[in-house]
Amino acid sequence: MAAARLLQAVVPRFSCFPSLGKAAPRTSQLSSRLYGTLLAPEANQQVDPNVINDKLITEPLRHPDFFNVKELFSLKDLFDARVHLGHKKGCRHRFMEPYIFGCRLDQDIIDLDQTMKHLQLALNFTAHVAYRQGIILFVCRNRQFGHLVEVTARDCGEYAHTRYWQGGLLTNAHIQYGTGVRLPDLLIFISTLNNVFEPHVAVRDAAKMNIPTVGVVDTNCNPSIITYPIPGNDDSPLAVELYCKLFKMTITRAKNKRKQMEVLYGLQNKAESS
Amino acid sequence: MAAAVRRVLRASRGWSAALRAPEAPRAQTLRLICTTTAVQKRNIAASGPEKYTEAFIKNQIEEFNLGKRHLANMMGEDPETFTQEDVDKAIAYLFPSGLFEKRARPIMKHPTEIFPKQRAIQWGEDHRPFHFLFYTGKQSFYSLMHDIYGKLLDIQKYQDHLRGQGLLAENRKQINLIGSRWLIKEELEEMLVEKLSDHDYSMCIQLLERLVTLPCCGIEEEYVLKFRKELAIQLKKVVIEPLQYDDQGVAFSTGEGKRKTSRASAVVYDNGSGKITVNGVDYLCYFPVMQDREQLMFPFQFLDRLGKHDMVCTVSGGGRSSQAGAIRLASARALCSFITENEVEFMRQAGLLTADPRIRERKKPGQEGARRKFTWKKR
Repeated sequence: MAAARLLQAVVPRFSCFPSLGKAAPRTSQLSSRLYGTLLAPEANQQVDPNVINDKLITEPLRHPDFFNVKELFSLKDLFDARVHLGHKKGCRHRFMEPYIFGCRLDQDIIDLDQTMKHLQLALNFTAHVAYRQGIILFVCRNRQFGHLVEVTARDCGEYAHTRYWQGGLLTNAHIQYGTGVRLPDLLIFISTLNNVFEPHVAVRDAAKMNIPTVGVVDTNCNPSIITYPIPGNDDSPLAVELYCKLFKMTITRAKNKRKQMEVLYGLQNKAESS
Repeated sequence: MAAAVRRVLRASRGWSAALRAPEAPRAQTLRLICTTTAVQKRNIAASGPEKYTEAFIKNQIEEFNLGKRHLANMMGEDPETFTQEDVDKAIAYLFPSGLFEKRARPIMKHPTEIFPKQRAIQWGEDHRPFHFLFYTGKQSFYSLMHDIYGKLLDIQKYQDHLRGQGLLAENRKQINLIGSRWLIKEELEEMLVEKLSDHDYSMCIQLLERLVTLPCCGIEEEYVLKFRKELAIQLKKVVIEPLQYDDQGVAFSTGEGKRKTSRASAVVYDNGSGKITVNGVDYLCYFPVMQDREQLMFPFQFLDRLGKHDMVCTVSGGGRSSQAGAIRLASARALCSFITENEVEFMRQAGLLTADPRIRERKKPGQEGARRKFTWKKR
């Protein structure tokens, strides 16, 4: 009974599975940004640069796993990194019950099969965002891993925020930073809780600003408004290092793929016009 | 709010554009759906004073250099070797000002000293911010904290490496922090071109202190010393004049002294018999009072050279006691040339080389004298 009710709650979440075939990312604000920065097509050029850009954007969308993120991790890697270890039974959040495999000696164990699926979706989405030159912001308020997350972000060429979150950073951006600021296109939470074990303000603010979020949710976190939750441990150093490594690899892979595709279509364009 | 509305509208346009694109490869027109600009309008009052652009500052620098050359020509100096000190002197000459506040007087300095340091626009052509910590709001400060913590981790790794090889005990390198202080909050703000709160500043200093306590912190010494400021050396080194010799080959030395409003100048000769001449008159006649003569003889008595030196001195101003005190100081200073450094130190500790700073206190209004009040009447 309870299981059926939980499954009903879970079904809307898993409705994204049928769309796996299309693997459509949930934001196309980037596409219009790209169109916006296009130069005006020259009169003598036969091939419309719009066509090349269209191909550049739509080509990855035709494949379910264009960037092949499945090969980056295996169930054994997750197990060795202690990703399946959750908190004690008393800390369990109601909405995390679908993702929990069981409870041993009062400690919750997260279902790694579900984690695999969610992680693949999340990494695929991150790769698509990075491919389209979106801004990615890593958020982690865990003091133990703040430096590691900042280093990861810097190595990818993306951005990080592991400090005190000032209220209006996303919602009041034009006054905080000045006009013309570009907000992040994706928020990645290595830990969705802040220092006082409450949900981080950024998940709510990102939902307000229609910014998609990817987040590692532990058994004491609320996964409801996170777009791509990844049920998993967020407290062990090994687990966090694994996540950082995976995100870094996907983002660099996606960016390199972008460069390759640009070169490819640039050559094709030259071949066609000559 | 407006940003969110724009996002959704752009997204919807984007989706429909993606569907339409294969059919009609024409130039995409960006129809910006206008939201209320009032919402997006910057709060002018909150943004602060008008910012100076790069072009403006460059213009100012060119004007300054040109002006400097003109000024040099006007003063008849060589424009190539016209330094900032010359500029200051020329301006003070051409625009004499009687204002007491030095900062209100006319100045001509390099624009970088006049216009406060600004932050350029933080993002590039594609609107991606340059700094990876841009979205924190305080990018310079947090990047500084990040760097310091990174260095702390490096030092710990190095220490572990040494410990593994068993060489930790010998290779301890600490940073010498004596004679310097941590930068104050204002100086750190100036360094980072960013406002800090007291909490942030204290966190930063705590992290630096923690770094300094590590045994092998010497490898990051020059980085840490960037945040230390040398304390000004308080003591001035006392310069002891060398002995001079007159035509007879007798060594002598001069000294000057003051006390209240008296000014004295003394010349002490070697190989003497204890003769003292004041203003051309013998000291016994000039100072009839015993107390004044004791003051004169004190430095010689302290050094056990009572009958060994002659002195010729001139004194003006003040009264009898202050003149005696002035001559005492002058003779003590003159004697420094004849004695060893240790004896100079003894004299200094005895108070013979210190000028007495006491002067007459002024009378205040509402009182009879400097301290004496008028008679208090109960009714």
